[in-house]
Amino acid sequence: MTTRLLAQKIVVAALGLALLVTAGISFRRSRNLAEPVVLGPGVTSVKKLGEYFAAIRGTVNDCNLYFMEGREPGATMLVLGGSHAEEPAGRLAAWLLVENGAVEKGRMIVVLSASRSASTMTRLGGAYPPDFTIGTPSGPRTFRMGDRWTNPLDQWPDPEVFIHYPSRQELAYVDVRNLNRTWPGRPNGTLTEKTAFAFMEMIRREKVDVAIDLHEAELQYPVISTIVTHQRGQELATMASMMLTDNEGFKIGTEFSPLTLHGLSHREIGDHSQAVSLLFEAPEPFLDATRGITSREQLLTGRDEFVVKAGKHGLLFEDIDEKGWPIAVRVGRHTSAILQVAETWSEDNPAKPLAISSVPRYAEVIEKGVGAFLQDVAKAPKDRLAYE
Amino acid sequence: MVTLLYYALVAFVSLLLIVNLAKSRSWERDVLYVIVLVPFLLRLFRLK
Repeated sequence: MTTRLLAQKIVVAALGLALLVTAGISFRRSRNLAEPVVLGPGVTSVKKLGEYFAAIRGTVNDCNLYFMEGREPGATMLVLGGSHAEEPAGRLAAWLLVENGAVEKGRMIVVLSASRSASTMTRLGGAYPPDFTIGTPSGPRTFRMGDRWTNPLDQWPDPEVFIHYPSRQELAYVDVRNLNRTWPGRPNGTLTEKTAFAFMEMIRREKVDVAIDLHEAELQYPVISTIVTHQRGQELATMASMMLTDNEGFKIGTEFSPLTLHGLSHREIGDHSQAVSLLFEAPEPFLDATRGITSREQLLTGRDEFVVKAGKHGLLFEDIDEKGWPIAVRVGRHTSAILQVAETWSEDNPAKPLAISSVPRYAEVIEKGVGAFLQDVAKAPKDRLAYE
Repeated sequence: MVTLLYYALVAFVSLLLIVNLAKSRSWERDVLYVIVLVPFLLRLFRLK
């Protein structure tokens, strides 16, 4: 090998190494970014999902469960954020509950990273930003931008066809890593199936009455701006959506969970436990296939000229204009819908009420921004801090 | 077991790419091998 050839190889290898190190640091940081959670006045204890199913204990999916016990007895509501970690409004709405909420009657169990593994990477080939930052009065707070599916580093390989357990319905192969296609889970299954099973065990043991799964959807997806409900929650969801549309000024519909569409929380939690299961969808243009640059700004503002153009061609199931769908609007929809479901539930079940206070509603979140309701991490006592 | 086989395969392909990089005599091919090698190494080191 000549000296010139050797020098050429050293230069190329050094460039490759620089590429490897730069990408590696970014991916490693994204996978290990610790997101602080300031435990609000309503949080009475923090448990781990692994306490309900040993096979999850110590794994990447052994997520935190924030218990908010009321002063008076009542119903138990479960709120799942982060089933799909690429839908940040669901996680942030749950964050606002934990950092601000108080429960007067009944109790809430709140999850910020239901599919924690999925929150440790972004979509392969999707050029997603690895994280996003929300400005708060006490400084910026950075959150992981995740994916829809469990990280392949934690669960691999995917089968040719995913056969859902126990229905044996055939689903897309990649959905073997989708928490919201693997309900009610399987104790000896994949990591994602074990995670769903652990949640089911928790729901059964804690006698959850209402389970809410927070999501966002692309505007080209017909199930959007809606509450999807199990048949046992039809009256609750319908009344809640009517009240929200009438009183809070945003449009939200109701859809009934198809009896034979398996693996989704709104179907399986209701079928396999005592809980009424609901799933909320808010609009997220970031997920639309016709979007432009997939940036942090697009994620937070929900503004995208190409999605607007798709709307003008009648390709969308939700309206969009130049104002987009800002994160505050999406988070506010979720917080108001949670509060409205609790209120409607209490009216229908006076012997088992659920009273939640200090959680900002839609108009307040839009007026002040999401960051106004994220507490000061630096001022929080160490025993009132948790990490996601 | 299948995961171990997968990582063994990734290591083997990475080795082939490094050998080819060493043998190649054109800088274009060198660049190509290095770019192809990066995702294999990221997976091998469990970074992505």
